[in-house]
Amino acid sequence: MSENIIEVKHLQTQFTRDNKKTVVLDKVSFHIKKGEVLGLVGESGCGKSVTSLSIMRLFKDTTGEITNGEITYNGTNILNISESEMRGIRGKEIAMIFQEPMTSLNPVMKIGEQLMESIRLHLGYSDKQAREHAISMLTKVGIPRPQEIINEYPHQLSGGMRQRIMIAMAMSCQPNLLIADEPTTALDVTIQAQILDVMKQLQADEHMSMLLITHDLGVVAEMCNRVVVMYAGRVVEEASVLDLFDDPKHPYTKGLIGSVPKLGQKRSRLDSVPGNVPNPNQMPKGCKFAPRCKDVMPVCWEEEPAITTTGPERFCRCWLYREESRDAHV
Amino acid sequence: MSKSLVVVDGIKKTFPIESGFLGSKKSVKAVNSVSFEIKEGETFSLVGESGCGKSTTGRLVTRLLTPDEGKIWINNEEISKMNENRLREVRKQVQMVFQDPYASLNPRMKIRDVVGEPLIIHTKLSTAEREKLVSEMLEVVGLNSYHADKFAHEFSGGQRQRIGIARALILKPKLIVADEPVSALDVSIQSQILNLLKDLQEEFHLTYLFISHDLSVVEHISDKIGVMYLGSLVESGTKESIFANPQHPYTKALLSSVPIPDPRAKRERIILQGDVPSPVNPPSGCSFHTRCPYKMDICTKTSPPLRESAESDHFVACHL
Repeated sequence: MSENIIEVKHLQTQFTRDNKKTVVLDKVSFHIKKGEVLGLVGESGCGKSVTSLSIMRLFKDTTGEITNGEITYNGTNILNISESEMRGIRGKEIAMIFQEPMTSLNPVMKIGEQLMESIRLHLGYSDKQAREHAISMLTKVGIPRPQEIINEYPHQLSGGMRQRIMIAMAMSCQPNLLIADEPTTALDVTIQAQILDVMKQLQADEHMSMLLITHDLGVVAEMCNRVVVMYAGRVVEEASVLDLFDDPKHPYTKGLIGSVPKLGQKRSRLDSVPGNVPNPNQMPKGCKFAPRCKDVMPVCWEEEPAITTTGPERFCRCWLYREESRDAHV
Repeated sequence: MSKSLVVVDGIKKTFPIESGFLGSKKSVKAVNSVSFEIKEGETFSLVGESGCGKSTTGRLVTRLLTPDEGKIWINNEEISKMNENRLREVRKQVQMVFQDPYASLNPRMKIRDVVGEPLIIHTKLSTAEREKLVSEMLEVVGLNSYHADKFAHEFSGGQRQRIGIARALILKPKLIVADEPVSALDVSIQSQILNLLKDLQEEFHLTYLFISHDLSVVEHISDKIGVMYLGSLVESGTKESIFANPQHPYTKALLSSVPIPDPRAKRERIILQGDVPSPVNPPSGCSFHTRCPYKMDICTKTSPPLRESAESDHFVACHL
């Protein structure tokens, strides 16, 4: 399985609040191939971001803990390694970009310092080398006058520029895997187009693998090779981007694609998914999507469906496909 | 031909900001000579990126803000200089739906009171009559009358936005100004609200001024569209003409930047260079010339007026 950069198996993550345990992710399994862009889509609270935090093991000072499963990166289960070993991977081999570029940059540290910190730490460069490397990274992401920008503070830059800085920072150690959590959600469309362009270019140049977390199906269609759809902390569908948009299988995926107004398409009404996402403390017993599903059957209320194969490299967690399904994801 | 419900003529709004050690006075030109008309029963949308002045325009039309210059007519009444007492009458016909369904409902009021408050202010109905209307209105927007006894925090984002819509509709207004009413919602909920807004428009013959940054949503809901950039209207026209035949380079770039949820869609993308300039210090001439791929000499000097293009009802402000 060496062509996969990362494999997540049966991941379960929970948070504790007022002595009550809430399982936020359950039975989450997927993999990312080398050089591939995998999209992780779903609505607020479906567990997209917790998945990325689980991969990075970023639960310090929170009540989050991974209670089951494996995350295999380059052949090792990174849930079993020590924190100091993890620190060697985090930022160097697996890097991350966050949604809000203002809150993820240190406001009292110069741009250059922030960039050079990880370059010195992970690559062991001298100050001078680190500075040169930082400037070359800024040039790569299209920052004008990088020599001056490295002496400026984050508040002096616009949102788009800050996100470019975040990308430069994440890319500076040439990571094998980049996790981008809603990288363009806070940006205006013309700026979003610029940033997506930069990310696409860098991903292709460096042949890097990427996990792109987003709620925007337009961004998915444009950037990703394969897509994992999440709902209420579960993976409900996995497919190549073409298969997913051509022939969505899960009723939730169908609803999601139908509810997005598409530029240039005339429809008097949008499809919509009735109801709301269930509260993680009051999950329905069977399929988590049953209360909102158009095709709900009695079995859906009783038992949660397993994830099953519905075609080559296609998986779906739905009772509708149990007949045609072969054995589940192993 | 239906008549114009809203006529906006050359409105301007400037906000003072203080900056610098000695408090030197500067100002932001938030809205700069914006003019448009909305016919009865139509949906007119203002689109543009953050800081382009679309929300300020919405607030000027509802007279939550007073324009520095220019005139606004609603139902043939000039309201730009009207005093508060007379405005109260106008506001019965003009209601607003806000972006953030969490911040725009008072957390300490029951839904009955949130939705019924406009009736207390504007009518002399008895409590029983008021409650009957509130229950009816909750049903109209897809909630239940028993929801009236709950508080805002007991509802999800989509339900709160329904409550906001019920509050706006309770006075049976003619015009609804909806400022980014769906941008805080997840897509599956967003489509519920968009469908609701369309149904209500038909049922109550409403006119919408719809403010949004999301072009796909705007295309779905609008009859006419105005594109704003840095406080000015750069292009306006019917939905069909704007989307099929955009004239202004900014509109073209904006349309080409929207990611289309179809992996097979192939198109040419115009990627604009740079950022939106600061409205404190707008560029000379055409405000878009710093990012425009077709910049000419004249663009840096004079600002182009909004002119009717080859198609009727399609206006564009560009020297090209």
